[in-house]
Amino acid sequence: MTTLAAAEAQIAARDAEIGAFLHVETLRGSTDGPLAGLPIAVKDNIAVAGQPMTAGSRILRGYVPVRHATVVDRLLAAGAVLVGKTNLDEFGMGSSTELSAFKPTRNPLDVTRVPGGSSGGSAAAVAAGMAWASLGTDTGGSIRQPAAFCGLAGLKPTYGRVSRSGVVAYASSLDQVGPLAKTVREVAQVYAVIAGHDPHDSTSADQPVSAVAWRDDLAGLRIGVAREHLDAAEGLDPDVQARMHDVLRALQDRGAILVPVSLPHTRHGIAAYYLVATAEASANLSRYDGLRYGQRAENPQTLEALYTQSRAQSLGQEVQRRILLGTFALSAGYQDAFYQKACRVRRKIADDFHAAWQTCDLLLSPTSPVPPWPLGQMTDDPLAMYLMDAFTVGPSLAGLPALSVPVGVDRQQLPIGAQLVGRPFDEATILAVGDVVQRAFATGAA
Amino acid sequence: MSAFEPVIGLEVHAQLMTRTKIFCGCAVSVGGEPNTRTCPVCLGMPGALPVLNAEVVRLAVRAGLGTGCAIQTTSVFARKNYFYPDLPKGYQITQADLPICLDGQLLLDDGKVARIQRIHLEEDAGKSIHGATGTRVDLNRAGTPLVEIVGHPDLRSADEAVAYLRALRGILVTLGVCDGNMEEGSLRCDANVSVRPIGSAVFGTRVEIKNMNSFRSVRDAIMFEVERQVGLITDGDRVRQETRLWNVDLARTESMRSKEEAADYRYFPDPDLPPLHLDPAWLDAQRADLPELPAARKARYERDLGLDLRTATWLTDEPPRADAFDQSVAGMPDLAAPFAVFLMTQVQAQLQRVERTWPELVDAMPVLLRICGKWRGGQLSNKMLADLLQTGFADLTQPLATALTGAESQAGAVLSDDAALEPVVDAILAQFPGEVAKYRAGQKQLTGFFVGQAMRQLAGKADAKVITALLARKLDV
Repeated sequence: MTTLAAAEAQIAARDAEIGAFLHVETLRGSTDGPLAGLPIAVKDNIAVAGQPMTAGSRILRGYVPVRHATVVDRLLAAGAVLVGKTNLDEFGMGSSTELSAFKPTRNPLDVTRVPGGSSGGSAAAVAAGMAWASLGTDTGGSIRQPAAFCGLAGLKPTYGRVSRSGVVAYASSLDQVGPLAKTVREVAQVYAVIAGHDPHDSTSADQPVSAVAWRDDLAGLRIGVAREHLDAAEGLDPDVQARMHDVLRALQDRGAILVPVSLPHTRHGIAAYYLVATAEASANLSRYDGLRYGQRAENPQTLEALYTQSRAQSLGQEVQRRILLGTFALSAGYQDAFYQKACRVRRKIADDFHAAWQTCDLLLSPTSPVPPWPLGQMTDDPLAMYLMDAFTVGPSLAGLPALSVPVGVDRQQLPIGAQLVGRPFDEATILAVGDVVQRAFATGAA
Repeated sequence: MSAFEPVIGLEVHAQLMTRTKIFCGCAVSVGGEPNTRTCPVCLGMPGALPVLNAEVVRLAVRAGLGTGCAIQTTSVFARKNYFYPDLPKGYQITQADLPICLDGQLLLDDGKVARIQRIHLEEDAGKSIHGATGTRVDLNRAGTPLVEIVGHPDLRSADEAVAYLRALRGILVTLGVCDGNMEEGSLRCDANVSVRPIGSAVFGTRVEIKNMNSFRSVRDAIMFEVERQVGLITDGDRVRQETRLWNVDLARTESMRSKEEAADYRYFPDPDLPPLHLDPAWLDAQRADLPELPAARKARYERDLGLDLRTATWLTDEPPRADAFDQSVAGMPDLAAPFAVFLMTQVQAQLQRVERTWPELVDAMPVLLRICGKWRGGQLSNKMLADLLQTGFADLTQPLATALTGAESQAGAVLSDDAALEPVVDAILAQFPGEVAKYRAGQKQLTGFFVGQAMRQLAGKADAKVITALLARKLDV
């Protein structure tokens, strides 16, 4: 287990190379509690009062929040020791952490490759032993995909399960905070602390958080496998595909029943996601105008120039692209064809999952269609990067809990992650099964 | 001019009388040092989230019930996107497609029913203060709860528009929804105005007028705008769709922006706020909790107290005044009508001279009623009453009730016994033998002259009825 001293030593030794942290500062909370003394890194779009928060953007340079995010309050009350703020794609918009305004983060398992994103800093910090666990945020896969890329477990809870108060909004109807750690059990430990109702977030659910019943035997458990998410998926790496079948066999060996299901609207998921998310983002990011905090253009001649110059100078290209896309999707005359239609598709996707729950208890798919790619490979092709979210955006649009579990490595020794998707608020089942899966594929077992 | 008819619809913003803002715990207040009534939520800080104030919902529902609206058991908050320095988030949280109230109506004095389209909830923006050295922004007002009440274009004259606004204001104030203060901006009115040839079934091009902060401005601005539009059309020109501001100093509307410059607000449901669901049982309780509304009160004044429409309307227009009136005349139905007229004439005249307001009068209502009763009963003459009111209202050093009580005791008693008045009457008759002769020759209207002379002698402190009776006894023999 990574201790505070070990984490601090690793940060000193490796972070210059890895680039996981944007700000290193120790903050201790309660002296006891379920996470007493455990070093935890926090993604830099989650507010830690008194520490700078950039969300990976130049436009927030110099901004220091006055209040902790609710999840930070909970970590500190549980005894965690915060070690710093981790790098991310600007405002969470990216899948590789190369789109941070400050620096790219490298994958500690292979420093020529990306750690995934947007919570790449949080994933790299844990993978390199610079933290015992970390908090990420996930809008369309931003916890699960970096967890998979760095050989970690990562949980995106049910929408509404974890408070968003104090978390920089990217797409409010999709954003969730969740933990990354080396094991599913450690993920569950952090999850138990941060989950639960928060009156400061109107979308926070008042649902009991049940304890995980850890198990070895999966007798009778029905595992749904959607061909759209496996054998009929486009662009799926053959090693990843083969490993998913290994996982399914391992589950069957432990008594689970495989159930073929259909998620027919999967192919519209990316389009729907990138319209809903960018539409919401276009409004969420309007507050970054350089007026009250952050960076302001010097000597603008008009009010309009103040806005356009401040935002053009301080928001990155991908962020500008998404704001423009979202603004267009909401515009008069286009809203029905784009934003509204995307919302209708979103409901269809949620209906697909709902139908699947009639015959299965959870769903299994790859987390990412491919293993981590070399730095720079996709930075010029945003659409190719968007397609990497094929399996993660569905559960996000449907608001479902989803866990990425490490299931060994491919022929190039690159990590592979399996995604377990659960019923609403049934994190306990996917955590329990994820634990079984992880132990089955622990290093060497594959 | 007579060949055209105006078509007017009002959009009224009413500030809700809550202690705290609509989506955060900051105090709602007029004034305060700039940017002190603020928090991360109303400043639009990263990560801050809105939480709906339940009292805001209760007041909006009362507004809807008071205007006969159908309260919607599900309504949805939406974001209205635009950039402005006093709008911290870059969007205003409001309600668009699914507002909290739909389809109400207002009964106007002339018996006309004007329809209300919708009432929706929204947050106010901050204030931009434009000065010589630049613009400063005060966000104390940002997040203040508002309802916007959108009327159908059912009004056909500036006077009708004012009547609509008065009726609406009376309801909102009666229900404790809004304090109704137009000067301070807690009640704001925009007007959509167009004109069309009489008999036409289609609407003309509409102009929105903003910046009217009194009933007077609403009336004047609409009248000006109707005339301007009719002028354009009769000159062979056309009305352009635009937003115009009322310039009260120059008494004219001025172009602010044209339709081409109108923003695309890109409304969409606010993902930070789940749909607002109202429990039907709670709604029933709200319905049962409504006080008597102005229209009902006015009808009661006319029916039970015998007030004329003008007095009943005047009294009802200020609900606290009407409440105090109701309390003070309870159990004295005979005095109610004269007391109402007394308030509307004698007391209102005092208010136009001195720095007193109707809320102060609420406390003084029992004293005023007693004074009115004395005057009606002859214990105070007209002159004594006028002096008393003037003295009492002018004394700003103490509360009005106290000041009036003091003036009342100093006024003394009216002279009403024959023994005291007879010598004065005799002296007057002796002084004007010619008038006495004319009177006896049939010019009975000279009674007024004799009474006036006697009252002058007595410095107005006598009961004119007793003097009249004395005169009759002496002259009509």
